[in-house]
Amino acid sequence: MPPTQNSRGRATEAAEPLLRTVDLTRHFRLGGMFSKQVLHAVDDFNIAIHEREIVALVGESGSGKSTVARLLAGEYRPTRGEIYYRGRSLRSLRSRKDLKAYRGEVPMVFQDPFSSFNPVFRISHGVRRNLALHRPELSRDQRRQEAERVFESVGLSARMLGRFPYEMSGGERQRVGFAQALAVRPKLILADEPVSMLDVSIRAGILNMMAGLREQEGVSILYITHDLASARYVADRVVVMYAGQVAESGPTEAVLGDPQHPYTQLLLSAVADPGEKESISGDTGEPPRVINPSEGCRFRWRCPYAIEKCAQVTPVLRPVGSSEVACHVAPVAPEKVTEPARMASISK
Amino acid sequence: MAKPLLEVSDLSVDYPTDAADVHAVKEVSFTVEPGEFLGIVGESGCGKSTLLFGVGQLLSPPGEVVGGSVVFHGHDMVRLAGEELRSVRWRDYSVVMQSAMNALNPMKSIGAQFKDTLEAHRTMSDGEIEQRSAEVLRMVGIDPVHLASYPHQLSGGMRQRAMISMALLFTPQLVMMDEPTSALDVVAQRSLMSKIKELQETLGFAVIFVTHDMSVVSRYSDRVLVMYAGEIAEAASTEEIFERPRHPYTRALMSAIPSVRGPRRELLGIPGSPPDLAHPPTGCPFHPRCPDVMPECLSVDPPLYPVEDAEVRCLLYTEQAKEAV
Repeated sequence: MPPTQNSRGRATEAAEPLLRTVDLTRHFRLGGMFSKQVLHAVDDFNIAIHEREIVALVGESGSGKSTVARLLAGEYRPTRGEIYYRGRSLRSLRSRKDLKAYRGEVPMVFQDPFSSFNPVFRISHGVRRNLALHRPELSRDQRRQEAERVFESVGLSARMLGRFPYEMSGGERQRVGFAQALAVRPKLILADEPVSMLDVSIRAGILNMMAGLREQEGVSILYITHDLASARYVADRVVVMYAGQVAESGPTEAVLGDPQHPYTQLLLSAVADPGEKESISGDTGEPPRVINPSEGCRFRWRCPYAIEKCAQVTPVLRPVGSSEVACHVAPVAPEKVTEPARMASISK
Repeated sequence: MAKPLLEVSDLSVDYPTDAADVHAVKEVSFTVEPGEFLGIVGESGCGKSTLLFGVGQLLSPPGEVVGGSVVFHGHDMVRLAGEELRSVRWRDYSVVMQSAMNALNPMKSIGAQFKDTLEAHRTMSDGEIEQRSAEVLRMVGIDPVHLASYPHQLSGGMRQRAMISMALLFTPQLVMMDEPTSALDVVAQRSLMSKIKELQETLGFAVIFVTHDMSVVSRYSDRVLVMYAGEIAEAASTEEIFERPRHPYTRALMSAIPSVRGPRRELLGIPGSPPDLAHPPTGCPFHPRCPDVMPECLSVDPPLYPVEDAEVRCLLYTEQAKEAV
């Protein structure tokens, strides 16, 4: 059986989500002191993650996905906007103790399992250190037991705790990354491209493990990826990001089964399914540049449906079907144009 | 029958270490016809990159070819050395590396790097050099103004394209590519693949394409070699491999790919990791991970059995192979 998907959807939306952002924005100033160049990495980004939910954040390199993860982890301070964790703004977490507690409940797992471990320490170091820092009430013996427990819950054997990073494969190291996160009894794991550096054959195991963690440990996961197929496999909801903004978000099957935003359609048309042969788009996948952006849709240069309004008004998210879409043309495109015609118009 | 462009016979590559010799490639044989697109698929550590380096005479010590031959254009490449090898390499065949994004010299403009390459093989005037450089850049869809650009000014996808255009400077008959798209996003990956295919069809060169992702080769290659533990596990036409995967390893690779269309099904992945080639398991190297393992797999290292139009290294096909004879 594939991992079960939460049919949560809108019913519980009234309840305060585990984490939500309101107009989260992060800008970076480029160049020297007098430079007026501002990179808009994330602009007015809204997301809600409920308990025991896996949300996939999908987009190309440069779309701002990792900046979102760092903002949520408390690594960057937002330029504007708020992050609410269990209804409480992160700005109100001022003391070291509060921040530490937050970071324990919302840990991060990094993309590169080959550079995120200190090569001179045994693999148990990170787990044990996390336990000592975040759960000081545990005795030495309890810490050892807990380390063994988290290792086993990510599919590693407790014997591996004594190994060094170089003795482990990429897939095993990525599991250690999740074990480190689990050791602090997290509520939400921020997983930034956890499988993109791994072989395809190893990815399935990590994805299944993520689904298992939700079931057994009751954690939520923000799964950041550019791989739509794996997002479809594990996520309950998908948020598609383009140039620092949300292009489309909604239940996985709605967004990937019936994409409304032209960008989601482009991403989907680029995914090769084994055996299938068809022609493709002429889009070269150049990442968006969002330095001092002007008003208007940021996708309009690549968009096959762009109209005049797209250059003047920045589209905001509005409900289309069961998803939310930031596009002026959205409801028209996929319904009026038939499937082959749509492909043809994208491949121009 | 016309002679193949490249004929690799029983090629073996070892990495000698103090403890034991690592047999990274073991007696691999295959041919590449002119204009053919050959995919080589397998997990990390299966010897696919080493195979490519062995074929291209690019191995660096301690890796060395310990047996077999690589006949390209009637020359046995394994025996070529020094000047002879240098004259063939890059002119008649070229290589696009996995980390092509980092393979460009950060201190030199794209144009200067093209110039170096052209001058190494041919006497050309500055005008001719510029003309040819602009021409190949245009082929991969990059504006020739970028001849003056430095690598850091280009996006990852563009750098990869620039590398490919560099490989095409002399219109070689064979281009070997080692995971050229694996560091790219979906859209960039897709567009690069279709560009490679388009160039291959118009210029008529042959491609050896190494990847760990079955779905990448499915659409573009004519034939696929599946490698495991330094050996060919299965070789067949792309259609055959995808319609009727025979080796349990090939099937496992296919079942590891999630789909964005079609029904959602559970991904099994492949438990464990590829064997340590310094201490390979006895018998069939895949037996510790194989779902169809039989008692004899632990002791018998199967040969490649011909099964219909495919070749499969698996004891499941002993009978079928006999019937065919």
